[in-house]
Amino acid sequence: MSASAAPAIRCSGLFKRYKDVVAVAGLDLEIRAGECFGLLGPNGAGKTTTVEMLEGLVPRDAGTIELLGLRWEGHERELRQCLGVALQETKLADRLTVAEVIRLFRSFYRSGRTVDDVLAVVELGEKRDAWVERLSGGQRQRLAIACALVGDPEILFLDEPTTGLDPQSRRQLWEIVASFKRGGGTVVLTTHYMEEAERLCDRVAVMDHGRVIAQGSPRELIASLGAEEVVEFALSDGAEPPPEAALAALPGVRAARRDGPRFTLTVAEVHRAVPTLLAELQRRGVELTELVTHHATLEDLFLSLTGRHLRDG
Amino acid sequence: MSYWRPLIQLTLARFREQLRQPEVLFWVFGFPLLLAVALGLAFRNRPPDVVRVAVEDVAGGGADSLARALGEGRGLRAVVLPPAEAARRLRQGSVALVVVPGTPIVYRFDSTRTESRIARLVADDALQRALGRRDARAVVDRTEMARGARYIDFLIPGLLGLNLMGTGMWGMGYAVVDARKRRLMKRLMASPMRRSQYLLSFIVARLVMLGPETVVLIGFGMLAFGVPMRGSVLDFAGLVVLGAVCFAGLGLLTASRARTTETANGLMNLVMLPMWILSGVFFSSANFPAAMQPLIQALPLTALNDALRAVMLDGARLGAVAVPAAICAGWGLVSFAVALRIFRWS
Repeated sequence: MSASAAPAIRCSGLFKRYKDVVAVAGLDLEIRAGECFGLLGPNGAGKTTTVEMLEGLVPRDAGTIELLGLRWEGHERELRQCLGVALQETKLADRLTVAEVIRLFRSFYRSGRTVDDVLAVVELGEKRDAWVERLSGGQRQRLAIACALVGDPEILFLDEPTTGLDPQSRRQLWEIVASFKRGGGTVVLTTHYMEEAERLCDRVAVMDHGRVIAQGSPRELIASLGAEEVVEFALSDGAEPPPEAALAALPGVRAARRDGPRFTLTVAEVHRAVPTLLAELQRRGVELTELVTHHATLEDLFLSLTGRHLRDG
Repeated sequence: MSYWRPLIQLTLARFREQLRQPEVLFWVFGFPLLLAVALGLAFRNRPPDVVRVAVEDVAGGGADSLARALGEGRGLRAVVLPPAEAARRLRQGSVALVVVPGTPIVYRFDSTRTESRIARLVADDALQRALGRRDARAVVDRTEMARGARYIDFLIPGLLGLNLMGTGMWGMGYAVVDARKRRLMKRLMASPMRRSQYLLSFIVARLVMLGPETVVLIGFGMLAFGVPMRGSVLDFAGLVVLGAVCFAGLGLLTASRARTTETANGLMNLVMLPMWILSGVFFSSANFPAAMQPLIQALPLTALNDALRAVMLDGARLGAVAVPAAICAGWGLVSFAVALRIFRWS
C-alpha cells in the first residue's frame, strides 16, 4: 500500500447554513489515499453536515469538493460507484433478510464483492437469513457497513458508526474498519468518542461549531497540549478551593482548570507533580476526596481548547 | 450497463416487504371481500314487503267495511285503530298510511317516504276497485330481477375502484414517506441507484400485485353473487391498470414532500375521504345535488368507477368510456409530472 500523490479527498472553503445557524463555517481538508481520517467533535459541531456534503448528499452553500480528483458536478455516477457510505441512524427495511439487503445494495454496483464475502468480513454469516428487525444494535451497524463495503469502494464514509453500541460491538466494528484500511481503502470517520479517534485514525480534525480547531495525528494533537499526563482531583465539601493560577504555578504543572469541585491539571510528569500538589493542598489545609491520573487524551485536548467536554457538546 | 438488475432487486424488495406484513394482505384482499359480503347481504334484493295501513275508527262507522275492501288489495294489510293510536303508528313507521273514512276519504301519510307513496297508490286502487272502478284495458304483470341492476352489481366495481385508490395511494405514498423518514431514501441516494429505478420498482410491484387483487374481488363477485361481466375482459383489465397507475401518481404526489408519516397520513386521508363519499362507491353519485355534479364527475375515482361499471355491467367498449378514462389518465399524468418536479429525495 502506497500513498498516491493526489489526495483522496480535498475540500476548501466548505460552508453550509441552515436558516440562522451556520453548521459548517469554512472548512479546508485534505485526506490522503489509504489513511483513516477522523472528524472528532461534540454533537452539533457540524461533522455530519460536513461528511454529507463530501458524500454529495447535501448541497453546499459555498466551497469546492474533489474526490479522487473529480468534482461531484458532472461525475456523480462515476463517483458513487467508488464510495461506500454508512449514514447515522439509518433504519434499513425491517422485513428483509440480511442477505437480501446486501444483495440489493450489491446490485447497484458494476463490480464488487459477493454477499458471502462481505458477510464473512462483518461476521454476520450466521444471521444471513434473519430479518433485519430481529438484529441487535451492533448487528445492524455491521449490516450497514456490509452494505457500504459490498461495492468494494475506494473511500468508506462512516458517520458515528459506534454510537450507542456496547464495548464489544464497538471493538468488532473497529476491527472491520482496520481490515478495510489494510486492504488499501481510505476511511473518513466522524465520531465523538476520543478513544475511537485515537485507535482508528491516522489523522484527526477536531471540530467545534462548524470549524476545525485542531488537526494532526492523535499523537501530535496530544503533544500540542505541552504535557502528556493529566491529574484530576476533587476536594471535600466546604473546603476553600485554591485559585487556578496558584495551582498552575506549581512546578511541573502546565495548566490548571476548575469545573465546580473538580480540578484538572495538565502535567509533564506525574511522579513530580503529585507530591508537590499534595504538599500545597496540605499547606492550605484542604482535604482531598479523590485523586486520579491518566495519559492525556483527545478529550483533554478538546477540553483545553474549548472548555467543554466532547460528550456534552 | 445493467439498468435492470437494480430495478429487479428493488422490485423484489418491495414484494417481500409487502407480503411479509400480514396487515397489508388483510387490507388489500380481506377488507374489500368483507365489505362486499356484508353490504351485499345487507342490501340484497328482497320481495316487496307487505304494505301496512291503518283505518281510523271514527264515529259514524264505515271503518270496518273500508278495512275489508282494503284487505282485498294485493300485498295490503289493514287494521282498524282509534285515531290516537293510528297517528302514533304512522309516526313510528309501523303503518305507512292512515285512511280516514268519510266523504271525501282522507289519506294521511308522509309524502317524502317512498313506502308511504306506494301505500297510498295501492290502497286507493284497492278502494276504488271495491267501489266499482273498472280497468279500461286488460294488463298482465311480468316480473323479473335483472342481473346487473342489483345493489351488489353496483357495489363490486365500486369496491374495486376503492381498492385501487387505497392500495395505490398507501402502497406508493406511505412507503415513500416511510423510507424518507427512516433515512433509507438518503442511504439509497448515496449509492449508484438511480431515481427512476426506485420509482419504477414501486410501480412494477403495484402492477404485479394488481392481478391477484382484481381477480380475487371480481371473481368472488361473479362466483358468490353472480355479478355479470358483460364487457370485454381486456378492456376491463386496461381500465384497472389505468386506475392503478393514476392513483400511484396521486400517491406519489401526496408523498412528494412529507417528512413524517403523520403528515402523510393526514394528506392521504384528506385526498381519499371525499372520494370515499362522493365518488359513487357505495351509492350513486347522482344522489348529490346538481350543483355538485361537475366537481364530482371531475374526481378520478368517480371517473374510474363510472368506466368500470359501464364496461362490466353495460358491456360498453373502451371508446364509450373514453371521457372518464381520459380524466383518470389526466390526473395520473399531472400528478406524476408535478410530483417529480417537487419531490424531496432525502
